[in-house]
Amino acid sequence: MIENLALGFAVAASVENLLYCLGGVLLGTLIGVLPGITPLVAIGMLFPLTFTLPPIPSLIMLAGIYYGAQYGGSTTAILVNLPGETASAVTCIDGYQMARQGRAGPALAVAALASFFAGCVGTLLIAFAGPPLGEWALKFGPWEYCALMLMGLVASAVIVHGDALKGLAMVALGLLLGIVGTDVNSGMVRFAFGVPDLFDGIGFTVIAVGLFAVAEIVSNLASPASREVLAGGVSRLMPSRTDLDDSAWATARGTAVGAAFGVLPGTGPALASFAAYMLEKKLAADPERFGAGAIEGVAAPEAANNAAAQTGFIPTLTLGIPGSAVMVLMTGAMIMHGLSPGPQVIAEKPELFWGIVASMWIGNLMLVVLNLPLIGLWVSLLRVPYRWLFPAIVMFCAVGVYSVSNNPVDVYLCATLGALGYVLARCECEPAPLLLGYVLGPLLEEHLRRAFLLARGDPTPFFTRPISLAFMLGTALVLAVMIWPALRRKAG
Amino acid sequence: VQFRGIKDLLAGLIFLAIGAAAIHFAREYPFGTAVRMGSGYFPTVLGWILGGFGAVLAARGVWSWVRSRPRKQEATLDFIAKAKPAPALAERMAVGLGWRPLACVTASMLAFGALMPRAGLVPALVVLFFLAALGGREFRWRGVAVLTAVMTAFAVAVFVYLLKLPFPLVPGMYLR
Repeated sequence: MIENLALGFAVAASVENLLYCLGGVLLGTLIGVLPGITPLVAIGMLFPLTFTLPPIPSLIMLAGIYYGAQYGGSTTAILVNLPGETASAVTCIDGYQMARQGRAGPALAVAALASFFAGCVGTLLIAFAGPPLGEWALKFGPWEYCALMLMGLVASAVIVHGDALKGLAMVALGLLLGIVGTDVNSGMVRFAFGVPDLFDGIGFTVIAVGLFAVAEIVSNLASPASREVLAGGVSRLMPSRTDLDDSAWATARGTAVGAAFGVLPGTGPALASFAAYMLEKKLAADPERFGAGAIEGVAAPEAANNAAAQTGFIPTLTLGIPGSAVMVLMTGAMIMHGLSPGPQVIAEKPELFWGIVASMWIGNLMLVVLNLPLIGLWVSLLRVPYRWLFPAIVMFCAVGVYSVSNNPVDVYLCATLGALGYVLARCECEPAPLLLGYVLGPLLEEHLRRAFLLARGDPTPFFTRPISLAFMLGTALVLAVMIWPALRRKAG
Repeated sequence: VQFRGIKDLLAGLIFLAIGAAAIHFAREYPFGTAVRMGSGYFPTVLGWILGGFGAVLAARGVWSWVRSRPRKQEATLDFIAKAKPAPALAERMAVGLGWRPLACVTASMLAFGALMPRAGLVPALVVLFFLAALGGREFRWRGVAVLTAVMTAFAVAVFVYLLKLPFPLVPGMYLR
């Protein structure tokens, strides 16, 4: 336990890795704070920068970018009332009200401190829960993997806001996109239409940048947005004693809620921050303060958000099943470096697993130490108008995708998928389930094949093996939760 | 008249088309049996699932559109009151979809891809910036020119000098 963490810190605290972590955190915040850029877009854009690095520094830098981008997103949410992603949408409600009352400083500081606390707890949880879970997962047969993936896919489709039916269709589309290219089992090339560039499948960067960056830019340009940046800037940063007292318990509760939601595949930070906010409102003696600048309304969702982001690494690193869209990006990065995320990672590459765990904590610490003094810089970035920003983002996307293998076909595909993703987004189809499907597609096919081969075509082991049955029941429960309100509406 | 359900219908049709295409092209791959799945098994099943979801969505879209259509008399009164014919469906869709940013951003990336191997980084970026900027709400020649110059210099410095990506700057000209 302790020696594992010590190994991790020894890896993460090397000067080189510290610098990559720092660079990732700074770049992530820099990009994430820009209005109209969600953490996912930020990661997608900066993703190609990490390719040339060896696996460990690359993943450490990516984790840094992630935390930085998420923190940058909260800054934008509080100061501009513009939620970068669903996870910070809840922070907007009270954070922006605090900013309007001239308390932007304390709001930002509490958000950072709550995130840091949640990050510490989350890191410890990974360290404790990771290895036993990984060992447990080593006993998984193909049935358990199939059932778990099914549960994750269905959950991701149901949890995105909007329509579960569309979410499920996006999952199926993602699974189809995932199997483009050479079939590992038979060597047969599928859905390549004679284009040699497709024989290896559609690149992960191509899909991620197309769906999350290109589609997002077009959405921003097509929807008339009005932004109001606070004119005054941020004066007093430190929260008062009462602020800290008020937010302490909210932070603790938010952390607990977030950690629980984080480990469930498919749910992720968005649901966690929402649940934490609702809990605080329920528990408060005077719920009407919420929505009018209650500091608990900032502390709890920010803590939940970060705790869920942290514990989201547990299913990703131990089971190889990413819990949220960002974890999908991390999984993609690992696959790209020739690592297959899963239970064997902890056993075979302890320095990688523990190094990432330790660097996540260091990244969180850097955020608190660096970002509070740098807040003035971030605020001035918020004033950059979008008409200057978006062509630059298009440039980063195009150059990034091209640089992966110096192949123009990748750029064409990325533009096409971006257009498709935009049209689907306008039809209220969220892209996150598609990405999850894309990553899990080949894995699901592989395990499904093995499951049926071993059982000679008999599907009953899915329901007779206890762990598999539990995942199947979980899937049924998620589906029931989705169908129930619709049925009730029809009856009423 | 609001075109309620148009989003469901459009999404459903897209899914239906892709699902049908998947089933069609997967027919070339051996299907196999459940015990020994061929390379066609998984894609065909997925195609049916996707097409099925698409059909349900499309049907739901049509249904909610039919239901939300006002009755004949009300529609006439509404029409007289406003004294303005409703724009054609295609026109509404064009406004709602934001064709211009979609076309400009997509075209700028396609052009970048086409120009990069032939003309090099600098011309590709100049075209990318001008095409992309056309998709914005306002377009000012001088502003875009300055932005292009600054960002192209930045790209050359970061991507070619710092990250040492093997891009030609203009045809045939590499650094080093």
